[in-house]
Amino acid sequence: MRWAALAALGVLIALPAVVGSYTLTVLIFVFFYAYLGQAWNIVGGYAGQLSVGHAAFVGIGAYTAAMLSLGAGLTPWLGMFVGGALSAALGAVIGYLGFRFGLRGFYFVLLTVAFAEICRIVALNTEAIGGAQGLYITFTGNPRQFQFPDNRAYYYIALGLMLAATAVVWTIERKRFGIYLTAIREDEDACQALGVDTFKYKMLAMVVSSFLTGVGGTFYAFYLFSLQPNTVFGIPLSVEIVIRPIVGGAGTLGGPILGSFILSPLAELSRFYFARGGWSGAHLIVYGGLLILVVLFLPQGAYPYLRRLLARRA
Amino acid sequence: MRVINFAHGDMMVWGMYLAWLLATRLGIDPYLGFVGCAAALFVVGLVVQRGLVDRIVDAPHEMQILLMLGVALVLENGALLAFGPEPQRVRSALTLSTFWLGPLFVDVARLVTFAVAVALSLALYLFLFGTDLGRTIRAAADNAYGALVIGADVRRVYAVAFGIGAACVGAAGALVSPFLPFQPSAGLAASVTSFNIVIIGGMGSLLGAFVGGLLVSVAESLGAVFLAPSLKELVSFSLLILILLFRPAGLFGRRAG
Amino acid sequence: MARPVLEVRGLSKHFGGLEAVKDLSFDVDEGQIVGLIGPNGAGKTTVFAMLSGFLRPDAGEVGFRGCAITGLPPHRVNALGLARTFQIVRPFLHLSVLRNVTVGALGRQPRPREAERQATAILEEVGLATKREQPAGSLTLAERKRLELARALATQPVLLLLDEVMAGLGAAETERIVELVRRINRRGIAILLIEHVMRAVMSLSERLVVLNYGERIAEGRPEAVAGDPRVIEAYLGEGDAGAAPA
Repeated sequence: MRWAALAALGVLIALPAVVGSYTLTVLIFVFFYAYLGQAWNIVGGYAGQLSVGHAAFVGIGAYTAAMLSLGAGLTPWLGMFVGGALSAALGAVIGYLGFRFGLRGFYFVLLTVAFAEICRIVALNTEAIGGAQGLYITFTGNPRQFQFPDNRAYYYIALGLMLAATAVVWTIERKRFGIYLTAIREDEDACQALGVDTFKYKMLAMVVSSFLTGVGGTFYAFYLFSLQPNTVFGIPLSVEIVIRPIVGGAGTLGGPILGSFILSPLAELSRFYFARGGWSGAHLIVYGGLLILVVLFLPQGAYPYLRRLLARRA
Repeated sequence: MRVINFAHGDMMVWGMYLAWLLATRLGIDPYLGFVGCAAALFVVGLVVQRGLVDRIVDAPHEMQILLMLGVALVLENGALLAFGPEPQRVRSALTLSTFWLGPLFVDVARLVTFAVAVALSLALYLFLFGTDLGRTIRAAADNAYGALVIGADVRRVYAVAFGIGAACVGAAGALVSPFLPFQPSAGLAASVTSFNIVIIGGMGSLLGAFVGGLLVSVAESLGAVFLAPSLKELVSFSLLILILLFRPAGLFGRRAG
Repeated sequence: MARPVLEVRGLSKHFGGLEAVKDLSFDVDEGQIVGLIGPNGAGKTTVFAMLSGFLRPDAGEVGFRGCAITGLPPHRVNALGLARTFQIVRPFLHLSVLRNVTVGALGRQPRPREAERQATAILEEVGLATKREQPAGSLTLAERKRLELARALATQPVLLLLDEVMAGLGAAETERIVELVRRINRRGIAILLIEHVMRAVMSLSERLVVLNYGERIAEGRPEAVAGDPRVIEAYLGEGDAGAAPA
């Protein structure tokens, strides 16, 4: 397993030397969404608290870094941490309300959706941050401004983000924190009876998850150069974040990565197909169908299934 | 019922589009067509419950949420694919007819919609409290195991209940389509409004749904009057958060176990 | 003279119009086994929920090792050394047996490897060592009951509340659990147990507290309680003479 992972990593590092720019772009999205999925995985997968509002953290991170860069000239390399911190603050608020008031399952989903939608509406109506027009970042190609003329730079940054988030989750898995999270997902009351402060650990999971997601917002802003409230705060982005770990296997280390390798090219393909027909956004129908299929036939996701399959071979 | 339908609003939007199809293709006025819409959505509801939700009744609650999210995505984007993103409106013979009732300016279309909605709610009430099947549905909602013990086919009861719910939103969609322009993305807002209403009113309480509907509509209209119209949604979502935090069992509902 | 480890004073709880527990007082001494018995619906499980912090009492005090623990959240109560099991066992179904017990051990031993070592030792003790790698969902009811006990034990309690750990088990399994409970008690852990299997309670308990309709109707040594006319009437009144202590 370890050797396979190392070999795959080697291939990914070497890949930009051989593949074309379109493939590179697709891979950048694979890594980036795997990163966001891995961040979500901490609270949504391990702790089992289904957030369908993670777009809010991407949006806050993206807008913060962009505004700091455009307005105050702060380099996004620092702005990304400010964005992460603000996202974590919102995550703490949502977590506090959700966990203190005991909102579980469906009610927690609604709470996260409501917060993301409120962020979107506020951004739409705040002229100071561009309102419905959004923000545009002029391309300078200056690495200090998180801008690179060469797509390969973005490739390695996205790969780095994915690996970093995976390392964070790998570490969490091995600590008391991670063990507690998986137990909380199974049965919260039983955890409390065993002395686990479930509120504290759920909060911690939410804060770490929203921080990482917020950091990802900077990449989003400075890779795409434009931010619109409906795209960075919208429910479709939240769905993009949620669906990869779920298809790949929520609460597993490899799930978000596997899910992103399956879904990002598929999304790219269907988006291309539907956009050509003039139905932009309709690729979500594919996600919907996939979600239904996974729930019905592969509830643990693809990763545990694949591992069992490999174990049987070996 | 404890099945939470994410696709509620999207089903309503489909009701609207079906009314639009009936009106534009077959020339059927939505005030007649709503019956057809209700029937079609009844089948959709039945299929979703029987074919999907039923298969995972024993799975964790999260799975059901994801499943309904998937259904909502398929419905919303199916509508987008079929009808395009432009807002639509259905013409009805009644749309432009108005009259003065003393000092009141009455829009006939809205009046008819109101009357039919009240009639449908009454019919639903009579069905749930006056017929055997209705009583079984309420019993199954209270206690699935108990209903099973007394010999009710719980799966069939759930399927019918789900179908009736879908039929109601289908009819509602058709009934408001003459004066409420709609587009595929309207589903979520409709879902949120109905969650607000149901949660305020209390899950599984009909009277609660009435009072909740009144409260939510008044709050949203007030928001639209005093704030910019684009902030109207802000009111519904803020309301949703407050409701979630402070009234999990609703004004008239019982707290879920 | 043994000091009380648990002191319950005037504990009351009502749900709507129903008074589930009424002005209940009793002690559990250090290292003692006390049985809490009574007909179905007498309020025993409600008492456990209040002692372990899952339910806030309407009135009354719970003292544990000299501190007032009334109203503390469950995890704090557990951290102080009071552990409970659930009547309907609640294993983490998708986690391994070892993981289940490790979660309990991590409260006192934050390092996972060390906690796992402790958990392994406890699994040996309850006879589940061979199943350690299996998911808890694959265990039989009898094994789940022992897992429930092992998990609670892993939190290193001073007092263990056992809620019907023998219910639904066969004679041989019941005997094993009785033996296990005795062994745990010999290590100095006080035990308060709710049990319907009368032979087991009578042989294990030094003292019995009998509840009926939320009120304490008798307390004392098992032999004395068994002969108490109010106790016999409470059980016979239930129309289930078979469950009467004899």
